This record gives sequence, C-alpha cells and structure tokens, in this order.
Amino acid sequence: MTDANGRSRTPVAARSLARERLQIALRSTTLIVGLAILTFWTVCAVFGAKITPLDPYADNLLATLAPPSAAHWFGTDQLGRDVFSRVIMGARDILIVAPLATLLGTVLGSALGLCVGYLRGILDDVVSRVIEALQALPLVIVALMALAAVGTSNATVVLVIGFVFTPLIARTIRSAVLIESELDYVAAARLRGDGPLAIMFIEILPNVLPIAIVEMTVRLGYAIFFVASLSFIGFGIQPPSADWGIAVAENYSLIGSYWWTILFDAAATASLVVGVNLVTDGLQSVFEA
Amino acid sequence: MTIQPAILKFLMKRTLLSLITLGILSIVVFLGGQLLPGDVGRAVLGPLADARAVAVFNHQVGVDRPLVVQYWDWITHFLTGDMGRSFTFRAPVAPFIAEALTNSLKLAALAFVLVVPLGITGGVWAALRVGRWSDRAMVLLGQSLGIVPEFISSIVLILIFGVWLHWLPMSADWPEGAGPLVQVRFLILPSLPLVLVFFGYIARVARVGTIEALDSDYTRTAILKGLSMPVVMRRHVLPNALLPTITVVASLVGYLAGGLVVIETLFHYRGIGALIYSAARAKDFPMLEAGVLTVGAIYALASVLADLLSAALNPRMRTERA
Repeated sequence: MTDANGRSRTPVAARSLARERLQIALRSTTLIVGLAILTFWTVCAVFGAKITPLDPYADNLLATLAPPSAAHWFGTDQLGRDVFSRVIMGARDILIVAPLATLLGTVLGSALGLCVGYLRGILDDVVSRVIEALQALPLVIVALMALAAVGTSNATVVLVIGFVFTPLIARTIRSAVLIESELDYVAAARLRGDGPLAIMFIEILPNVLPIAIVEMTVRLGYAIFFVASLSFIGFGIQPPSADWGIAVAENYSLIGSYWWTILFDAAATASLVVGVNLVTDGLQSVFEA
Repeated sequence: MTIQPAILKFLMKRTLLSLITLGILSIVVFLGGQLLPGDVGRAVLGPLADARAVAVFNHQVGVDRPLVVQYWDWITHFLTGDMGRSFTFRAPVAPFIAEALTNSLKLAALAFVLVVPLGITGGVWAALRVGRWSDRAMVLLGQSLGIVPEFISSIVLILIFGVWLHWLPMSADWPEGAGPLVQVRFLILPSLPLVLVFFGYIARVARVGTIEALDSDYTRTAILKGLSMPVVMRRHVLPNALLPTITVVASLVGYLAGGLVVIETLFHYRGIGALIYSAARAKDFPMLEAGVLTVGAIYALASVLADLLSAALNPRMRTERA
C-alpha cells in the first residue's frame, strides 16, 4: 500500500512514520505552547468552581465594581462577583459547546465528503452546488437566522454550528478523497470485490484521517470564535453562565471606568483561540512530514 | 484592451453559476425564515397571544398558503425591489435595507482601503524573508489575529484609543450632518477590528503568491538578464503574486457581513449587520430574509467581479483564444 505521498505503508514503515511524527511534535514549540494553553483552560473548565478562590456566582453588594486587589485579583463586577473566579469558570461552557459542535461537523462532514468524493455523479454535483450557495453567507448570519427560528440553547448552538461546518469539512475531505480514489490500493480493493462502503470507510478513511484531524483543529478555532461571538450578541451561551462573551456584553457599558470587568474575559477568549491556532499550526507541520 | 471571447465566455459561465447559487440560496433563506419558526404568528406574537390573533396574523402576512405559492410570491416581488413589509416597523423593508447597506459600504470601504495595502505589504515582506523567524512570526500573527473574535479586538481597541488615549470616538454615531472627514474619523475605530481579522488572510495569500513568483523561471530569467531587484519585483514578481489576492478580497466581502453584525452592534452603527441582528432579535422574518439575501447577492456579485478582474489582469487569459 502507498499513501498520498507515494510512501510505502508496510506496518514497520508506518510505525517509524509515527515515531518520526512524534519527534517532530515534541520539537514543535508552537504545538507545545498551544497544548499548554489548551490544557490550562481545559483544567479550568473541568474543575471549575472547585479550583476558584471564591464562589464565581456569589453576589456581594457591599463590594461591587472593586478594582483589582489582593482579595480580588481581577476585581469584582457589578454584582460584586469575583472576576478572577468567573474567568476560570467561564472556560466551561465554551469548551463544551465549541468542541461538540466541531466534532459533530467533522463526523458528518467526513462521512459526506467520503460519499460524494468516492461515489461522484449527480450527488456530488448537487451537494457541491448547495455547499457553494451556503458559502455565500457568513456563518454568524446563518447561525443568527437558524437560532432566531428555532430558539437559543447550548444544544441548538451545537447543532447549528455543527450543521454549518458539515459542508465546509465535507469539501476538504472530498478533495482529499478524489486524490486517494486514484491510487492503486483503492483499485485493488475494488478488484478484490469490496463494496463501496467498505472501500470508503475501511480503505480510504484511514488515509484521509490526518487531513480530517487538521481540519478539525482549524474548525475548533472557528467554533470558539463563533460561540464567543454568538454569546456576546445574546444568541449563544445564556446567562447565568460565567461565559466570557456574556461577561463582555454585560459589562461593555462600563468600559469607560471599570475596564477590569471586561479586559480579563477578553484576554481569556483571545488566549484560547490563539492556543487552538498554535496547536493547528503545529499539527500541520507534524502531518506534513 | 479589448475583451477577448475567452473572457466573455468565462464571464457568462461564471454569471450563470452565480445565478444558480443565488437561486439555491434564496430557497435556503426562504425555508429558514418560513419553515424553521413553525408557526410564524406564534413566534412573532409570543406564547401568550390569543389563538385567533395568531390565525389572523398568519392570514394577513400570508403564511397560511402553500409553501411553493409563498416562495414564488416572495421571490418575484423581491426581484422587482419589493422586499415585503417588516413585522416590527409595519412598513416596507426595502428603504431600511438601502439605508443600512449604504452605511455598511462606507465602513467596509474604509476597512478595505486600510487592510489591502497593509496585508499585501506584510505578505510580500514575509515572503522576502521566507524561512526566517520573522516570516514565521508574521504568519503566526496573521493566523492568530484572523481567529480572534471581532468583539474582543474591538474592546481592546476601544480601551486603548477611546478610553485611555482619547484619540478616537468610541461609537460610530456621528452628529447629524457631519461631513465626510468627520464620518471617516468616527469610522476608523469600528473598521480596525475588520482590518485585524482580514490582515492575516490577505497577507497569507500575498506571501504564497510572492514565494511562488520568486521561485519561477520567468523571475530567474529576469534576474539573469541583469535587471535590478526592484525592477524584477515591480515588473515580474508583484503582478503575478497579487492576482490571487483579488480573489481573497472578494471572498472576504462574503465574510464581512458576519463581522459587521458584531461590530455594528458594538459601535451603535446602523448598517446591514446591525439590521439583520435586530431583525433576528425581534423575529422580524421579512426583514431578516431580505437582509440575508442581500448579503448573499453582494457576495455573489463580488466574486463575479473578482473573477472578471483577475481574468482581465492575467496575461495568460488575455492572449488565450477560445
């Protein structure tokens, strides 16, 4: 068997390829820094209120809008809630919604891409046209329309972003499948009498998996972008979540005097997307090897 | 330059494809606005409204008719400029769209005027240092800026230039009757987040284009025949490197409207993004559908124009005969 680059794919060669990739990964600064950022926020999301110094939801009307101090590292918000604790807690919802949406889009998109890329024909033409039509619309607008129609909740946000990602991911997988379909191992599988489903999912899928994984991390970055933006405009994660986008929206009118109610949440969002981007960049260099 | 048959044929094919795309898009938008909400009257009037009021509302706006009839009615009126009546304002939608579109175009024009030269410069700069850490840093910076949500970059910019330095107004709401220069001053801050997001996309394409052009045979020939590097860059590298940039700028026009939803809301600017946003909030489906379809049509127009422009500028397309 050979892969897309014409390298032989004997088990031994595959194992040494994996080892080579691991070595590149360990030497990639961007990948390691990105993973460190992601790990940090994942720990925050998983443990949430267990690791925050104060209760992220507890009001304290005697200490509203207090500037950063030893007691409140990032100050307090309009209700006297500890901003530092809320920033840590704020990682939770976005790190549930965005990865789930990405996963849904990747699974559906890969399946669709495999089918249209391998089977071609009229199905391919129709799907390609619809994908092109959908691309004329920015994702935020599609999501706004769908969420206005079906209502906003974490589940609908996951579904809407997942469905919008599906054609985009399908397009990437489709072009990879088109290349794979020309290779000898696919012809061999066909000659030995394998059915289309077996060829698509057992033969071709493992070979397009690296592309699917890189595509997934690219999309995860965008998913975080969109979930944060939607939450900010009130069509994403809903209060009383400590979500960063909601915090920025709620405190935006205070930007003139109480910058700490906004800046730390903004920095947290930015660090998360940049972390995902560094991982994407690192993975791309690993899989290009 | 005369238009060659090859370009003409290409343009006609491209326009036809765009029309098909727009047709499909209109169906998607229509279904999104009519089918997804289920009972439109219920969605607009709320759960507590009287069942008879809901039925009367549905009959008035015509959503109790078969879907195909509704779609045909909607799209034929739309094509003649009648975009329907807003549920919220009880008035025709079209003037609202026209006003919002003008405002958004001003903002978008300023953003592109700023970002296109910046992005191209950044991309060419990185390409000339390919492989060095400064190239790497430029690529990573562009990529990272491209996925930081606009509301995040907006508030950081507002904090720096509005709150701390007092250089620029924090809202795009200029005083009544303000001249063009004052308007530009009010629009600088809202346009900067778009500049940041678009910078990476344009720089990346310009960088790859320049690297390929630098690596090509015609560049080597130009250097070998003794032309100076600035002349080689100006005559041979840049024209070829910048062609793909036109296409990416057009695709950014499509993305633009999504960014405008957030930015116009944040800066209190009455553009198409803010209009779509408020229509979505108020479940004003005729307004929402008209706004969304307008955005799609502008994207389709921009991509046809981009294809025409790159065809006209590409020397290979100019000489080729069909």
